[in-house]
Amino acid sequence: MSSHSESIIREPLITGTNITYAQITEDVLRPVEKMPGKAWWIGFTVASMGATLWVFAVSYTFWYGIGSWGLNKTIGWAWDITGFVWWVGIGHAGTLISAILLLFRQKWRNSINRSAEAMTIFAVICAASYVVSHMGRPWMALYTLPIPNQYGSLWVNFNSPLVWDVFAVSTYFSVSLVFWYTGLLPDIATIRDRSKGGLHRKIYSIMSFGWTGSVKTWQRFETVSLILAGVATPLVLSVHSIVSMDFATSLEPGWHTTIFPPYFVAGAVFSGFAMVQTLLLITRKVLGLENYITMFHIEAMNKIIILTGSIVMVAYCTEFFIAYYSQVEYEQYAFLNRYFGPYWWASWSMFCCNCVIPQVLWFKKVRRSIPATWILSIIINIGMWFERFVIIVTSLHRDYLPSSWAMFYPTWVDVSVFVGSLGVFFTLFLLFIRVLPSIAIAEVKLLVKGSSEQEKRKILEAGHADPAQAQFYKEALRKFDSIDITEYEKV
Amino acid sequence: MSSTKYILGLFEDPDEMMDGIHLLQQNSVPIYDVYTPMPIHGIEAKLGIKDSRIGYAAFMFGCLGGTVIFSIIYYAMVHDWPMDIGGKPAFAVPDYIPITFEWTVLYTAFGSAFTFFFSTHLFPGRTPRVMDFRATNDRFVIAIDAKGNTPHEDITNLLKEAGAVEVKHNDRKYVSYE
Repeated sequence: MSSHSESIIREPLITGTNITYAQITEDVLRPVEKMPGKAWWIGFTVASMGATLWVFAVSYTFWYGIGSWGLNKTIGWAWDITGFVWWVGIGHAGTLISAILLLFRQKWRNSINRSAEAMTIFAVICAASYVVSHMGRPWMALYTLPIPNQYGSLWVNFNSPLVWDVFAVSTYFSVSLVFWYTGLLPDIATIRDRSKGGLHRKIYSIMSFGWTGSVKTWQRFETVSLILAGVATPLVLSVHSIVSMDFATSLEPGWHTTIFPPYFVAGAVFSGFAMVQTLLLITRKVLGLENYITMFHIEAMNKIIILTGSIVMVAYCTEFFIAYYSQVEYEQYAFLNRYFGPYWWASWSMFCCNCVIPQVLWFKKVRRSIPATWILSIIINIGMWFERFVIIVTSLHRDYLPSSWAMFYPTWVDVSVFVGSLGVFFTLFLLFIRVLPSIAIAEVKLLVKGSSEQEKRKILEAGHADPAQAQFYKEALRKFDSIDITEYEKV
Repeated sequence: MSSTKYILGLFEDPDEMMDGIHLLQQNSVPIYDVYTPMPIHGIEAKLGIKDSRIGYAAFMFGCLGGTVIFSIIYYAMVHDWPMDIGGKPAFAVPDYIPITFEWTVLYTAFGSAFTFFFSTHLFPGRTPRVMDFRATNDRFVIAIDAKGNTPHEDITNLLKEAGAVEVKHNDRKYVSYE
């Protein structure tokens, strides 16, 4: 039907020459229906060892108290809150892809939204675990909620950004979970209907909520998706804004700045997309999903990374300038100390990893290189971790009273909780790609007509395309690693 | 009298399925339902299904969430236990905005999702009422209630004419899961 056809100059979102609806189901469900390969087992073994380390380190913290961490009277927040902010930030890319790109009708989100959203959920789990373990006594988490209690009732202080944070992060987690799971229903039904029976079918049958794919179900499904995307968009912006207010509403030099909310949100999206690249570049290779997560997706995400990275860089410079311009000597000292004090190496690592090195993404060749993208994504992840460390520790370690100046040295427990949380994250992600479809099958099927390489090729072969546009399109295909360009020479 | 309960037209291509719906409607054959592996726009209009009203529900849930949490904050901070924080007023509305916003979003999201599950009869453990196993994979299925819609041969021919790759005459409404 003519209504499907999309301009030939748009690059294809699905490559491959024999993509049918059945083929998509087959390709995406292969890791779910077959026994996992060697790569998965190796990854899972390493990740679960990390998760075990996390269990041990967190249990150790609960048993001996947070005195086992490297915190002192001056530096009350260090690796723990760094880890918390880092993980919450990583989650932001998932919501950006699934919600904001849906509102903007960016069809390329369809093949990456599922795994990015799963990543959001697992990252927020890791983040929340930091907050709870920082309480030392995990049951104290109950007192962050406004529940009537035996003290009178003694309510939480609703004026405090820390309480806002409890509400923001818990809302963010639960709304992301609902959004993710609602989107999963049709795909779980696909697994159910292909199942050979027995317990496997029973489990997926329960999880599918009895989905059938009737007209009304789909119509309401799309309405709900749009509503959830509509509310998740301001939500995701609010979450990191509120996280930043944990710092910005204090009177601490280096924290007390109005630039924090947009600065944190941009940084969150920046680090989140880096993590998406880290995971998806490997996933696409190991699971053989090159036709669905194409070079177009990788390049598009790299463009978002360079945009948000630039915002972050502008924010660093603005902070520095405002500290000078404010003529507040404490503020000025905080920033000079940041870059030239005892933590200079952390600040310069942050600046190099987040601002200097990612500039290579302006070059097409780098944006389209998988190894380069992957290495950059790791560099950015490291840089963004340092950003949070620098903001938190360098501001705290030398404040108004020189007699209480101190340094922070992490203990093995600090390090283990962080490394362990990476293990928890990767374990959850690997389990996810094993039991649930890592690509939204139904949504990718929508792209077959119109946005796929084979449909566009038909237009070319039929000679319906404008010759100049056809040439442009063929040039654009050169970047795809999943397309054999020689086949196009005769078309 | 034949024992056929439902006639299913299985299509490979959504456009051919749309032709099938069109052809059946031209011949005044009522359609029971259509099952597709992905949302196909335009079927709702053809089958005369009204716009979903979940949006209204979502709005009301949002208002409810905002009101509930604002009331809780007001009760705790102003009525039950006002605190003197540097002599500032207890009823500090700007401070209440973030949490009020969060719960507005929370109620909207959960409210609209649960309204969707409720209205579409989706819940964990519900027996899937599937007419054809491939409707969630690669087949676009038009289901026609066989009772009263005769002759069945004509319906089969219409579906075939529109491009159905297979026409099933099922004696049972749903494929059994047991």
